[in-house]
Amino acid sequence: MTEEHLLKGWEEFEAGALLFSFEGDPSQRKFHENNSIHHSVADWRVLKPVFNEELCIHCQFCWVFCPDTSIIPKDKKFGEIDYVHCKGCGICSDVCPTNPKSLVMFANQTPIEEALRNWPAKDEKKKENSDG
Amino acid sequence: MGEIKQIKNLKEFSTSVERFQGGHRLCPGCSHSIIVREIVNATEDDLCISTATGCLEVCSTIYPFTSWDVSWIHIGFENAAAAISGTEAMHKALARKKKGYSDKPMKFIAFAGDGGTYDIGFQSLSGAVERGHDFMYVCLDNEGYMNTGGQRSSSTPVGGATTTSPAGRVSYGEKMQKKDMTAIMAAHRCQYVAQVAPSSWKDLVKKAQKAYQTPGATYINAMSPCPTEWKFDPSMSMEVSKVMVDSCVCPLYEIEYDPQTHNYKYTVNYEPKNKLPVKEYMALQGRFKHLFKPEFSHVIDQWQRDIDAQWDYIRRRQDAGV
Ligand SMILES: Cc1ncc(C[n+]2csc(CCOP(=O)(O)OP(=O)(O)O)c2C)c(N)n1
Ligand code: SF4
Ligand code: SF4
Repeated sequence: MTEEHLLKGWEEFEAGALLFSFEGDPSQRKFHENNSIHHSVADWRVLKPVFNEELCIHCQFCWVFCPDTSIIPKDKKFGEIDYVHCKGCGICSDVCPTNPKSLVMFANQTPIEEALRNWPAKDEKKKENSDG
Repeated sequence: MGEIKQIKNLKEFSTSVERFQGGHRLCPGCSHSIIVREIVNATEDDLCISTATGCLEVCSTIYPFTSWDVSWIHIGFENAAAAISGTEAMHKALARKKKGYSDKPMKFIAFAGDGGTYDIGFQSLSGAVERGHDFMYVCLDNEGYMNTGGQRSSSTPVGGATTTSPAGRVSYGEKMQKKDMTAIMAAHRCQYVAQVAPSSWKDLVKKAQKAYQTPGATYINAMSPCPTEWKFDPSMSMEVSKVMVDSCVCPLYEIEYDPQTHNYKYTVNYEPKNKLPVKEYMALQGRFKHLFKPEFSHVIDQWQRDIDAQWDYIRRRQDAGV
């Protein structure tokens, strides 16, 4: 927020100013300095989701149910986890339908390679579910 | 009227350009933002949103940040509907008077919690609907005043423990029945009224799109599992939501009103193949824990009867076509 913004009185703002939908190439999208995308909530996290590419079926359940817009899809596939805005709630791992899961929660400080080495085995009791 | 966005499956949906960003301060696992994303990503039209005070507003607009990449307005706890109706009227007037002000379709949405809808915002909602403004009202129904620490509202279900309806030796918690807000909004002759749950994303998106296309005021009651005050692990939000739907505690249905014939058309959008007992839904949440003591088992039995009766009622209205 700039000095100029702060000094503006309510009657100086333009009446009926609108913000239109973003159009264009999403990879070139720039956010306003006051967008919360510039605020990190990474320090909220106790557990972090780790992604295992080999198991993923790109169903996008994790994308639609992440409350913190932290699963970033790429061309209809799983893209990456945004560890700046992920709070480690564990929903993405919970809704992941593969067996074993493609997203598993590990302690936040666990290195990714170590997590991948310690991946849980297939759960023989569980049927694969793919309901939405 | 804008084009309806094609969303056949999640892969297609995942190409949406997000309009609600991370970095907000809602609790981990909060369903509010899941519902909001499903609704704002269901259209490509420009949006103008008002939000009543409550978890969503407080957590998404902490100074100097905002999570909203749409036109957004906030005024108070009790007047999300008044704010959006004024905005919609202003937009109409300016589009008429000022050339080139806004030529593309603009959709108007009000978001409010159940406190801001069932209780304090009720009169402003009722008035805005009566005046026939063109907007969608979404109640994020987490069955209590959660932003202020979990007080009861007229949406809190019987037996729920909250800070103002605590459970203890002599009380099983909330005594009053949950208000049937969806029916009350249908009685306002909204042309479209529906109930949704975040775990049923396809149903939710379809209903949001229907509401966007319907002229006049529409109402969506979005049940929003709250890990913090319903007392369950944040990773379980969608599990709770699924069981809520499969036990018919949150039936997914819609009511369309025809102003010509004055007919109400009920549609049940989802019939669980295997209807779960309400006990399973309650067992997932700490706010109902005390009901599992033998002396309060009558509350659970009563719940089952009430939920069955409500489910039966909706289906009878559907079958009768009135
Ligand atoms: C007129 C007024 N009274 C009281 C408050 C304090 N207040 C802020 S948020 C809130 C609770 C909101 O509850 P609800 O609408 O159910 O939304 P939730 O936080 O549960 O999403 C209250 C009481 C206020 N902001 N304004
Ligand atoms: S742990 Fe929660 S916040 Fe993090 S990516 Fe998964 S669903 Fe999103
Ligand atoms: S208290 Fe409940 S509704 Fe409010 S932010 Fe936390 S989880 Fe969401």
